[in-house]
Amino acid sequence: MTAPKRTPLFDEHLAAGAKMVDFAGWEMPIHYGSQLKEHEQVRSDAGMFDVSHMTVIDITGADAKAWLQKLIANDVAKLGFEGKALYSGMLNADGGVVDDLIVYLTSYGYRMVVNAGTTDKDLAWMEQQKAGFDVTLNVRRDLAMLAVQGPNAIAKVCAVKPTLADAIKSLKIFQGLPAGDWFFARTGYTGEDGLEIMVPATEAPAFFRELLAAGVAPIGLGARDTLRLEAGMNLYGHDMDETVSPLAAGMGWTIAWEPNGRDFIGRRALEAQKEAGVAMKQVGLVLEGRGVLREGQKVVVDGAGEGVITSGTFSPTLKHSIAIARVPAATGEAAQVDLRGTLTEVRVVKMPFVRNGKKVFN
Amino acid sequence: MSQIPAELKYVSSHEWLRLEEDGTVTVGITEHAQELLGDIVFVELPKVGSALGEGEQAGVVESVKAASDVYAPIEGEVVAVNGELEAAPELANSEPYGQGWFFKVKPSNVTDLDKLLSAEQYAQEIGA
Repeated sequence: MTAPKRTPLFDEHLAAGAKMVDFAGWEMPIHYGSQLKEHEQVRSDAGMFDVSHMTVIDITGADAKAWLQKLIANDVAKLGFEGKALYSGMLNADGGVVDDLIVYLTSYGYRMVVNAGTTDKDLAWMEQQKAGFDVTLNVRRDLAMLAVQGPNAIAKVCAVKPTLADAIKSLKIFQGLPAGDWFFARTGYTGEDGLEIMVPATEAPAFFRELLAAGVAPIGLGARDTLRLEAGMNLYGHDMDETVSPLAAGMGWTIAWEPNGRDFIGRRALEAQKEAGVAMKQVGLVLEGRGVLREGQKVVVDGAGEGVITSGTFSPTLKHSIAIARVPAATGEAAQVDLRGTLTEVRVVKMPFVRNGKKVFN
Repeated sequence: MSQIPAELKYVSSHEWLRLEEDGTVTVGITEHAQELLGDIVFVELPKVGSALGEGEQAGVVESVKAASDVYAPIEGEVVAVNGELEAAPELANSEPYGQGWFFKVKPSNVTDLDKLLSAEQYAQEIGA
């Protein structure tokens, strides 16, 4: 076993009282005392997450655009200006999800951010798909990444970076701002407004401390999971993986079918699935009574068959349990979950559960 | 590190026991257990009047992270449950040996307590 890796912010986490755990081979903060309080902090004010374990890959070369149009299911041709971001799945030939990622248009080509746990296989897969394309991949391990999220997140970052404040405030959703070696993007994984900020590793600890002084609390992976689940956002390896079609994982909107002639990897498999009818779909589940829905629990739908919970938790905002599930396509508004041996009624809802601090489903 | 009061008895499934003056035994989960579980959001307690065997499932504690069974560390009849804990499960996090108690049993045989772990033995068990 190799020792877990540490991000440039490791010492800052310890100084802030973090409980560290192994996550995808990285020693990361799970919480700094209370996951529930951290969750509330992000919903009501501003919090920061060290996401330096995720991998930033810069993509250059004359064929960068054509290669990405083959590599991922969404179409980078939609990126109309520098800094614009796109969410996409990267699929295998069977239409399974190799990873989900964000790609930005940059002055030199593209910048991609992929998951930590999938980085090695992603890079191997990308290398394999490069044959015949003039493309160079540059893995930016010299960068750290901090997500600052919450209703006051942008104002607090602007207070720390006054010279960039006007430019940061003018960013629209899913839009990024390069500033020297730094990059500020109005993206996130919490359902709140905020930024994901790439910063040179050597400058990251000081930036972390400045944000702390500005009232941005550090938030662990525990709250990151409950926040993203309330926001109805997928977690790779749980809500989808290489055996799951994006059409059965709520990712249909990320597939660019037009233009018809763009032959992205997995396209033919997905077209065949659509032709045959997709058997499963992704839904949200709500349990308003006692108990907590958990990943792996069986979902039973009267007359339609069975499904499975792919992510479940107690929602700190709603004070009851919520889950993301993959269920038969014919599922209506009711289902039952096998909750530790007891079939329990749950409601089937359209996600997200929470957006900008408020309940959004009916 | 973890608080392990010397006057209590323990079992390796992380429950603590306190013999009260009236001969009943109060049961809760240890400081170490609540640390492992993280923020506790629901508890399920046994019914008053129910007879529990040693090691029998007596309840459930659900945290944001996981669900975990609570076991009866001693044979006896449940004589009280902590209703306050049902309403405010976070008490098991903040005061595991105080207001966060789970239930009280009238032990079938009070000498059964002698077989359980001392604070020192429990500390060894959890590597504290």
